[in-house]
Formats: sequence, structure tokens, C-alpha cells
Amino acid sequence: MTVIKSTIALTLLLAMLTIFFAATGRAAGTNTSAASRGDVEVKLGYCLDCHGQSAQGYRGFYPIPRLAGQQPGYLENQLQAFVERRRPNDIMSNVAHVLSPAMISALAAKFRDFNPKPLDGAPKQRVAAGKTIFQDGVPDANVAACAACHGPDATGSGQIPRLAGQLYPYIVGELSNWGKERGQNPAKPDTSAIMSPVAHSLTKPQIEAVAAYLSYLK
Amino acid sequence: MTLLFGTSLRGKGRKRGIRIMKSIRSKIAIVAILCSAAPALAGGVETVNFRNCTWCHGTSAQGFATAPRLAGQRTQYIENQLRDFHAHIRDNPFSKQYMWGAAANVGGRTARDLAIYFSTLTPKAANDGDRAVAAVGRTIYQEGIPDSNIVACVACHGPNAEGVGEIPRLAGLESSYLKRRLEQWGEGYSAAIGPPMPHIAGTLSANDIEALASYLSFIK
Repeated sequence: MTVIKSTIALTLLLAMLTIFFAATGRAAGTNTSAASRGDVEVKLGYCLDCHGQSAQGYRGFYPIPRLAGQQPGYLENQLQAFVERRRPNDIMSNVAHVLSPAMISALAAKFRDFNPKPLDGAPKQRVAAGKTIFQDGVPDANVAACAACHGPDATGSGQIPRLAGQLYPYIVGELSNWGKERGQNPAKPDTSAIMSPVAHSLTKPQIEAVAAYLSYLK
Repeated sequence: MTLLFGTSLRGKGRKRGIRIMKSIRSKIAIVAILCSAAPALAGGVETVNFRNCTWCHGTSAQGFATAPRLAGQRTQYIENQLRDFHAHIRDNPFSKQYMWGAAANVGGRTARDLAIYFSTLTPKAANDGDRAVAAVGRTIYQEGIPDSNIVACVACHGPNAEGVGEIPRLAGLESSYLKRRLEQWGEGYSAAIGPPMPHIAGTLSANDIEALASYLSFIK
């Protein structure tokens, strides 16, 4: 069991490092000076109309994710994924289509400035079970510890997202529909493939538990 | 009344409400007598007199003149509005003129019971918008205008403008009412309600508002 666990952890670590260096390399080459500060502030206000005034996320008709403290590398990749239909989402595809590369970089960096407390509302009695899954994985189901890639505090790195404080219904929705919502453009395979087996192997109660744990994490 | 509308319905769904409403309709006559005779009969608990609302909002709460449709509106939204009228947070002219007084003695259990009652009534569409601009309104509603930093209403109000929780149903409301609300947010009224609507309404042009209000009035 321990051998399997450490093999999974090692594989994920390698994948994570690859993504991290890829992201760092790209970010260094991006020019952010092209988006004027005023334009960025107005566009940020537009993002916050839906994602919450402190980017804490919002429970609209659809759960609108928290962006506060999110990794710029992840945000940039997702905005590009909406445009390239790797992540089909009509609302966000429209939003992302009009953003210049410079604006995407400038916006992605903005959300590091926000640190609101997480939204309440997830089932508290599932938190302990979720913490175990996050830290130890589910060895019997070949699910690695989430902490291996997302970090012990679930703050993410590079293209790997921060999960701490994310909305409960959003995490549940994403993990439940991973295979239909991420990596949907065969011509452009992306890093979301790493999560596919994990999301697929988790049961509904396990997904809810880990989502509850993460939603309260500061 | 409280027993029928309040305690048994607290936090429960619409279906159950409808079922209870059916039994209520046959008892309205009895209830009316009870209400007028002695609220103390219900053990000192407040009674719900929805007729005070329907004088203005229409006998089946489908809206009348400047008073908007309440039928089918979200429970939590109605309750929040009553709270905001009571606290003078919703401060546009008609609210001050009519609803501040009407909500002065409405709160707590009564507000909740009224909200549940109206949310269970089946809404009709006002159909009173300008059909020529409804298609433009639909595009703004479903897609927003990203170039102008106008968000898509659908994200929060839902694909059929049905609303959810404290987010109101907009489908089928009177276009004049919708137009007025959007204009007044942009003018600074009800700013204390907080984000996001005051800011969002401020991004809309007069034509955008006209188009949205028209589109929404036709949704069933």
C-alpha cells in the first residue's frame, strides 16, 4: 500500500514540477505593460460584479468560484481554456474572448491582493473526513493525497489551483463533472488530464467531504 | 394561519407549499373569520393577512399599476425586501411612499409567512415590453456585453430568469417596474443594499435597460 502511495505521489510531483516550470517560463515572457492601469481596474470591477466584491465567490444561479488568492498561472490557463474551448462555458467564453494577453496577465495577478474569509454553508460534519482525504488520499481507490500537488495548505502553485476557501458547490460540481468540463479540446490537450483519474475515482460522498474541508480552509 | 403557512413550511420546498395552498384555498373563508375575530385564537401568535398586500399587488398578486408581481417570487427575496423596506434601506420614491408604511409592522414570522404564501402562487408573464428590442435584451441577459464590462444576468438569475434563494425571479415582471429598478440603481437609490446590482445597473445604458426590461417581461 505504502509503495503504491509513494509511487502516485512521485508521479504527481513530477507532473507538478513540469507544470510549474512551464508556467514560470511563460509568465516571464509576458508583457503586462500594454494594459493600462485604468482599463485593468475597470475590468477587475467587472470580474467582481459576479465573483464577489472581495473575489470571495458568489452563490448565483450557478456557483461562481472564489478567485481571491488564486494562482495567476492557473487563472491565465483557465481564461485561455475558455477561449480555446478546452473548458466549454458560454458565459466565461464570452468574457475571456475580449481579453488581450496583456489584460489576462494583469488581471490574473490582481487576485493575489484579495484575502477574504471563506463563504460559509458547507456541511461541517464532513470536514474531518475531507481533511483525511486531502492529506492522505484514498489508498484503496488509488487516489493520491490532494496535498501532494495542491500543497499542504491547498494554496496551489503555477497552473495547479489554490483550493483553500473555494465554494463548496463549485468544488462538488467540478469534481463530479471533470470529464465533461475540462480538457474538452482534443487538439489541445492540457494539464487537466492529471485530475481526470482522481476525479473519476472519488465517490460522491468523498467529493462532498473534501469539498467541505476545503471550503472552510483559510 | 401561522400554523399553516409558517411553522410547517419553514425552509421547505415549493411543492409542499402548493399542496398546502390547495388546502388553504378551501379554508380561506374560515381563516378570514378567524383573522377578524381574534388573533389570540391561534395561541397569541401573529396571523398573516395577505389581503393587505393584495389590495395593491392584485388579488392574485400578479401586480397592479406600480406594484410589482409577487406571485412566484423567491421566498428569501420577498423576506429580504420586507426587511429592507422596514429598515428604510430600499429608499426609492415608491418604496418610501407605499412600502415603508406597509412594512412598518411586518417582520420576523409574519414576513416569512407572507413570503412563503406569495412564492407559492403561479406567476403569469406581464408581456408588456417592446417586442422590437426583446432580442437585444435576450443577448444582454444571456451573454452580457463583455467589451463594455456588462455582465451576463444569467449567471445569477438563471437561464429562465427564475432566480434562486435571495436572488429574485425576473421572468414575467412588468417592464415598467424592471426599467424603473434598473434606472434607480444607476441613480444611486438603494445603494445600501450593497453589491453587486447598484454597480451592474450603473454599467447599463438607457437602451440596454429598455431591451432587458422588455425581454424579461415576456418570459413565462
